[in-house]
Amino acid sequence: MWRNEKSREIIVQIIVLFFLGWFISWLVMNVNANFEALGKDISFEFLFIPAGYDINQYLIDYDSRDSHLRAGIVGLLNTGLVAFFGIILATVLGIALGIIRLSKNWLASKIAYWYVEFTRNVPILLHILLWHGIIINTLPHPRKAISFGDVTFLSNRGFYIPKPLAESGIELVYLFLVVAIIFSILFSKYCKRKQDLTGIQYPVFWINFSVIFFLPLIAFFLSGMPVSLEIPALKGFNFRGGMHMSPELAALTFALGIYTAAFIAEIVRAGILAIDKGQREAAESIGLKPSKVMNLVILPQARRVIIPPLTSQYLNLTKNSSLAIAIGYMDLVATLGGISLNQTGREMETMLIVMLIYLSVSLSISALMNWYNSKVKLVGR
Amino acid sequence: MKTKMLLAVVTAGVMFAGSVLASTLDDVRARGKLNCIINTGLAGFAAPDDKGNWTGFDVDFCKAVAAATLGDASKVNYTTATGKTRFTKLAAGEGEILSRNTTWTFSRDVDLSQTFIGVNYYDGQGFMVPKSLGVKSAKGLDGASVCIQTGTTTELNLAEYFKGNNIKYNPVPIETNAEAQELYKAGRCDVYTTDASGLYATMMSFDNPSDHMVLPEIVSKEPLGPVVRHGDDQWADIVSWVLRAMMAAEEKGITSKNVKELAAKDNKDKEINRLLGKDPLQGLSKLGLSADWAVNVISQVGNYQESFEKHLFPLTIKRGMNALYRDGGLHYIPPIK
Repeated sequence: MWRNEKSREIIVQIIVLFFLGWFISWLVMNVNANFEALGKDISFEFLFIPAGYDINQYLIDYDSRDSHLRAGIVGLLNTGLVAFFGIILATVLGIALGIIRLSKNWLASKIAYWYVEFTRNVPILLHILLWHGIIINTLPHPRKAISFGDVTFLSNRGFYIPKPLAESGIELVYLFLVVAIIFSILFSKYCKRKQDLTGIQYPVFWINFSVIFFLPLIAFFLSGMPVSLEIPALKGFNFRGGMHMSPELAALTFALGIYTAAFIAEIVRAGILAIDKGQREAAESIGLKPSKVMNLVILPQARRVIIPPLTSQYLNLTKNSSLAIAIGYMDLVATLGGISLNQTGREMETMLIVMLIYLSVSLSISALMNWYNSKVKLVGR
Repeated sequence: MKTKMLLAVVTAGVMFAGSVLASTLDDVRARGKLNCIINTGLAGFAAPDDKGNWTGFDVDFCKAVAAATLGDASKVNYTTATGKTRFTKLAAGEGEILSRNTTWTFSRDVDLSQTFIGVNYYDGQGFMVPKSLGVKSAKGLDGASVCIQTGTTTELNLAEYFKGNNIKYNPVPIETNAEAQELYKAGRCDVYTTDASGLYATMMSFDNPSDHMVLPEIVSKEPLGPVVRHGDDQWADIVSWVLRAMMAAEEKGITSKNVKELAAKDNKDKEINRLLGKDPLQGLSKLGLSADWAVNVISQVGNYQESFEKHLFPLTIKRGMNALYRDGGLHYIPPIK
């Protein structure tokens, strides 16, 4: 049996699997034995008792009488929010920097170079503390807030902008928006077919953009402007009303976005450089404009190289958001893995849940990016 | 084969667990040092002095236990813990005592399997504001941003108090006292809330303490005291009687100055004799302590009053509830008999 390569492989795998199983069961037993020695048990009942603490930012209704479970969900949504903003900022900034870095303009290229070298060589925690420090130390107190036309305010308690409130009659605007979007999709398909058949190009983007923008705008005026603005106003200690972005959310978004952008810039640069220069020369020689060369020839091919490492940057950004606790942003780690842990003393349980949640969030992002990767990868012909 | 191996693992686990259950006093004596878990930094309670030595009211208690068990108050290893990590550190055996402004509550005592050995400081949660804010009462804090230290009972008190009074607020949770001070000074919060003792300690560390004030409302009961792990009654008794010995010494007028003298002579008050080892104190051997345990504590650390006045008077903290019962306070000491 040992001489046969195939069965040998299987035997080795069985042995490895056995030791792995033994190791895991040893870990579980050890935890159990030690918990017993400490007089502790493992129980998840605490999830359903009232949390008792308040959270300063919630995307779903939350009150201190709600359960620890709900507090955890509020924290998870806050994690999601900052990861979402951070990923958008990092992607836009990163792609722009990656391209600028390769530009022939010496100054622009050097600026992008120094940006990358400076930001990626400083630990992310310092970025977060720096941005938070800048916001709360340099911006004024709410009573002396920087005001833009008395509707938008900047202060060390965060940024306040007017909040649009829908009134009756808004339905028409929504309807027109849906119609405009359906039109755009159909129009794009039509133009693509037309171009494939005849080679004639239409300015698809500008036409679609105008339709999506102006059609709802017309509906907005037709139905008598059914949107009112809730303008933030200083009442007592803080501003009330309007939309509010806390200094913690802002600092975290800037820090995560700016830090991760440096890595994404390098990934984009690597992706572009990976494309054979013959591709560029060929595209230029048939008379394509530089922007078309980039958008139609280089980037679509570079994307295949860029997506897999980009995925890990997105995962890093999401996981790095757990450093939020350093500045008091109430993410998953601060709520379920922080205050709930403290109030209930269930370290093992809360940490297991928090780890499982991060694992599933990361796996979801990974799955989404893998799906996108399979869409853009080279189709075997 | 697999079951055998598992059996071996279980046995090893149980044996390991068994070693955890060995007498805490023996562990301390074998090591020659007491491991004590203290605050990461709170003036008056536990803070490093100019020379980098830990000093403070809570630190004194660690020293007192070391003096009673090892005969030398300096034989202490200090481990710092935040509000969040303290119980985990105690449970994991990083220290024999948690002496860190810890509030005695039901669930901490029962659910977290710890033993609170008594109260060494009666406190309550208060609010500190800059005087320039013009607020005179906690009821006037509607809409304010409030800095809170997380991992404490503070969050729950705050939520309950404000909800009960129908006041809206914006909580800003912070991990340590030092960070919270920075945010408060930078104006990120209008109010800083923690135990009143902590507020005075924080205020005195500011450049201009007189620009700030503590509001009159005390919104909670915070009996603070040292904590030990469940399961070693001998150790819990030692720690709790060290605390009582310090208070009894104040009651009987025994101080670090006169303790040696009182221990040498036969006092009229036989309780002094028993405390200082002149007369036998029945059961002392069960604690595994020598007859001069209290003399060591009082001569090396001082009585409760001395420790209080040394560390907390500079913060303008008054005895108040922390006076002995005969002076109108809450400290009532069981007889040393």
